[in-house]
Amino acid sequence: MRFLFKTDYAQDLKLFKHSGQVFWYATLVLLLLAAPFVAGEYLMSQLQFICIYSIVGLGLMLLVGFTGQISLGHAAFLAIGAYTEALLQARGVPFAVSLPCAALTAGMFGWILGLPALRLKGIYLAMATFAFNIIVVEVLTRWEGLTGGNAGLHLKPIELFGMKIDGDQSFYYLCLGLTILSILALMNLLRSPTGRAFVAIRDSEISASCMGVNLATYKTMSFALSAGLTGIAGALYAHKISFISPEQFTLIASIELVTIVILGGVGFIHGAVLGAGFLIVLPQLISIAKDYLPSGVSGAGLQSVVFGLVLIVFIIFEPLGLYGRWLKVRTWFELFPFYRRGMFRRQKSYMKSERLR
Amino acid sequence: MFLNQVLQLLLAGVAQGCVYALVALGFVLIYKATETVNFAQGDLMMLGGFFALTASVIMGWPYWATILFAVVVMAAVGMLIERIVLRPVLGQPAFTVVMITIGVGYVLRGVVTMVPGWGTDTYTFPTPFADGTFKIGGVIFAVQQVAVIVMTAALVTVLYLFFRFSKLGVAMQATSQNQLAAAYMGIPVRRVNMMIWGLSAGVAAFAGILLAPVTFVHSNMGFIGLLAFPAAVLGGFGSVPGAIVGGLIVGVVEAFAGRHLPEGFKDVAAYVVLLLVLFIRPSGIFGETARKKV
Amino acid sequence: MSFFKVENLGIRFGGVVAVDKVSFEVKRGECYTIIGPNGAGKTTIFNLIGLLYPATSGKIFFQDKDLTSFSPHQVADLGIARTFQNIELFEHATVLQNLLIGRHRHRRTSLWQNLLFTPAVRAAELAQREAVEKVIDFLDLAKYRDGLVAGLPYGVRKVVELGRALATEPKLLLLDEPSSGLNPEETDDMAFWIEDIKRHLGVTVLMVEHDMNLVSRVSDRVLALNMGAVIAEGTPAEVQAHPAVIEAYLGKAA
Repeated sequence: MRFLFKTDYAQDLKLFKHSGQVFWYATLVLLLLAAPFVAGEYLMSQLQFICIYSIVGLGLMLLVGFTGQISLGHAAFLAIGAYTEALLQARGVPFAVSLPCAALTAGMFGWILGLPALRLKGIYLAMATFAFNIIVVEVLTRWEGLTGGNAGLHLKPIELFGMKIDGDQSFYYLCLGLTILSILALMNLLRSPTGRAFVAIRDSEISASCMGVNLATYKTMSFALSAGLTGIAGALYAHKISFISPEQFTLIASIELVTIVILGGVGFIHGAVLGAGFLIVLPQLISIAKDYLPSGVSGAGLQSVVFGLVLIVFIIFEPLGLYGRWLKVRTWFELFPFYRRGMFRRQKSYMKSERLR
Repeated sequence: MFLNQVLQLLLAGVAQGCVYALVALGFVLIYKATETVNFAQGDLMMLGGFFALTASVIMGWPYWATILFAVVVMAAVGMLIERIVLRPVLGQPAFTVVMITIGVGYVLRGVVTMVPGWGTDTYTFPTPFADGTFKIGGVIFAVQQVAVIVMTAALVTVLYLFFRFSKLGVAMQATSQNQLAAAYMGIPVRRVNMMIWGLSAGVAAFAGILLAPVTFVHSNMGFIGLLAFPAAVLGGFGSVPGAIVGGLIVGVVEAFAGRHLPEGFKDVAAYVVLLLVLFIRPSGIFGETARKKV
Repeated sequence: MSFFKVENLGIRFGGVVAVDKVSFEVKRGECYTIIGPNGAGKTTIFNLIGLLYPATSGKIFFQDKDLTSFSPHQVADLGIARTFQNIELFEHATVLQNLLIGRHRHRRTSLWQNLLFTPAVRAAELAQREAVEKVIDFLDLAKYRDGLVAGLPYGVRKVVELGRALATEPKLLLLDEPSSGLNPEETDDMAFWIEDIKRHLGVTVLMVEHDMNLVSRVSDRVLALNMGAVIAEGTPAEVQAHPAVIEAYLGKAA
């Protein structure tokens, strides 16, 4: 068991609580930096996807996990980021400019979506977000003059400060770097007044407002930041697959993004990364399992069934997600042999009406 | 001439709207009782369509028997889903439960594509109304459309009588307003919830059968169910007459948008209406607003 | 200049008149209590002051500023803090984080500075922590500091609510039934704290209370309400002896 003895206030502000954490995270970062030299092409590709979806996961975690809002339409922001990047690159704008533009454009739309969200809660907000998603995808499909419609847009490799970033290695480092920066930014937010205001809104809007938190400002800010992060991921995504079309960003995609947050663990930064990893790995496992199906049974539906079952099982049995399970395992080891069953059990409650939030 | 055109579109809109109304009705029943929004409602509809298809084509039963079969089987499926998947999460926040229903939708779609004999193909569904039409004063009525409207009206009437006069119906109303108080009054809340899911799934099956001639039966048929959301919101989430009215309005808006607006708008028209309603009057036409007392 | 004044304040919810032309004035540095049977409109008045409900008539003045021209979150910036009858804490945060939210109106750094966690942000955070620790010392919350609110007993939660309100460094503190749900020892502690708040922190206290012992002990003046209207005002002794007040609570002699 480890005891943290606190001697001054600055300790609570530190990013890493103790030297053990520093060691393990440093090791992880070193392994990730070394990956291109030991991993094959396939694994590199998967790692890049994990980085990109981690950034989306962080954006969604900020909105859902930390501010308590809902978004079933985040693929729209991914699309906005991707298309902004594609269109700007086609017009010769350098990546160092087009990436922030993608983020800002997505953030702006996020802010716009946040405005009506001020009056909407729960399921109404969820519906507004997915209606937004459907409309954005439809606009992208119909505005053929700008977006090429269903024919989609192609992207050239990134050129950053004169360097071509098209190899596995350089693109991977770009994605990894942006992921780490996003994580740091989110952690900084959470130990500052802004982050506390978000959490306050999540737990009790009325008393947050009475403590001086301007709900309108902070809710739209949360939407904007969340959308901005997703916009960055969108720009990277566009370059990763080199070809974007509206049908990649439908409601189905949005739901997959939300599952990152749910499977990873709502309210934990680690959850975003774990969820992203799981989302990328799951289809691979399903493909392997397809080979074991009896003949006559089509494999097409297996992905759908497993995905749905995983979602259901996680929500019923592991509401804290993958990170929650890891926390439980780690606590078991830390407190050994004093771990008590039920330490993480949530209180059973009768349905509390959310119509009266 | 113009009036005829308008009436024609109105008829088409109302007929399609009946289907949306039924799916929205299923939503609203579940929402009223458990405050759960069932994203799998459309997929329940799809599964009901497949059961009806099986009864009709493979087992060769008459139309009315297949309706009964599909409704009863789906009612059982609905109750099973509630018992296995939803009861463990009773009391968790609404968002969590919504995600579970989304998971259920995925499982239903996947299972349907994996069943040999169903798979990913599209099937036509035979009905006794087929392609007959008749004319009243310049407006062409398709027997199919009229049948949909009449059957929907019949079902809605039956449900109204059920909720108003039967013991179970009144118990359901009580559970939907205050679970704890209903439990204290001796109402078996969990069982009632299960039955509401059964009822909702049965209604969804009915909607699937009515929809099948129009969209054909296939595993993605349930996505039309998404259009029931604007319907339910428009009418006022939590209001049964609202769901019907909302569904009809959405159907009509779609019909007129398809005729008068450029291509593509037809699909999003309903969602634009949804957004407008949410911004202007989230409680919808018949819904109530409530606020928390601190 | 009046410190805090309410003039002809009223609100109706449909046909129900919850608050009926209530007027009173609170002097700086005093402890002013509102009493009345349940349903008299006391918490509604608090919600009107906090701008959670829009008043249908009347005005509220704080240091001669008309409160009704502000929005709810600006009330805290003006220096008015409140506690809630049914505790509205942030359940999934620690006591420390709850108290730190109270410092929100004293924040000095912008969003971009926060994202980068500049040295200015670090210094500001340490200053906020110092201020919150003073409140923790004042209310003896040190051993609950890092615990999640969700696991705390009711009595401690009430104290955390009080602490969160104090952390905002208010000029006027609205306490909604501070002793409800507390046992006699905890009520004693609450009385001492209210007196200390008044005398040593120089904060004006406006309180809604049912416990007459507590009211007599700490209040300077009392306002009695019944059915949304004022029935008596004066010192605690005067009000408790007032015939209309006795009738409202106990009824008339047959």
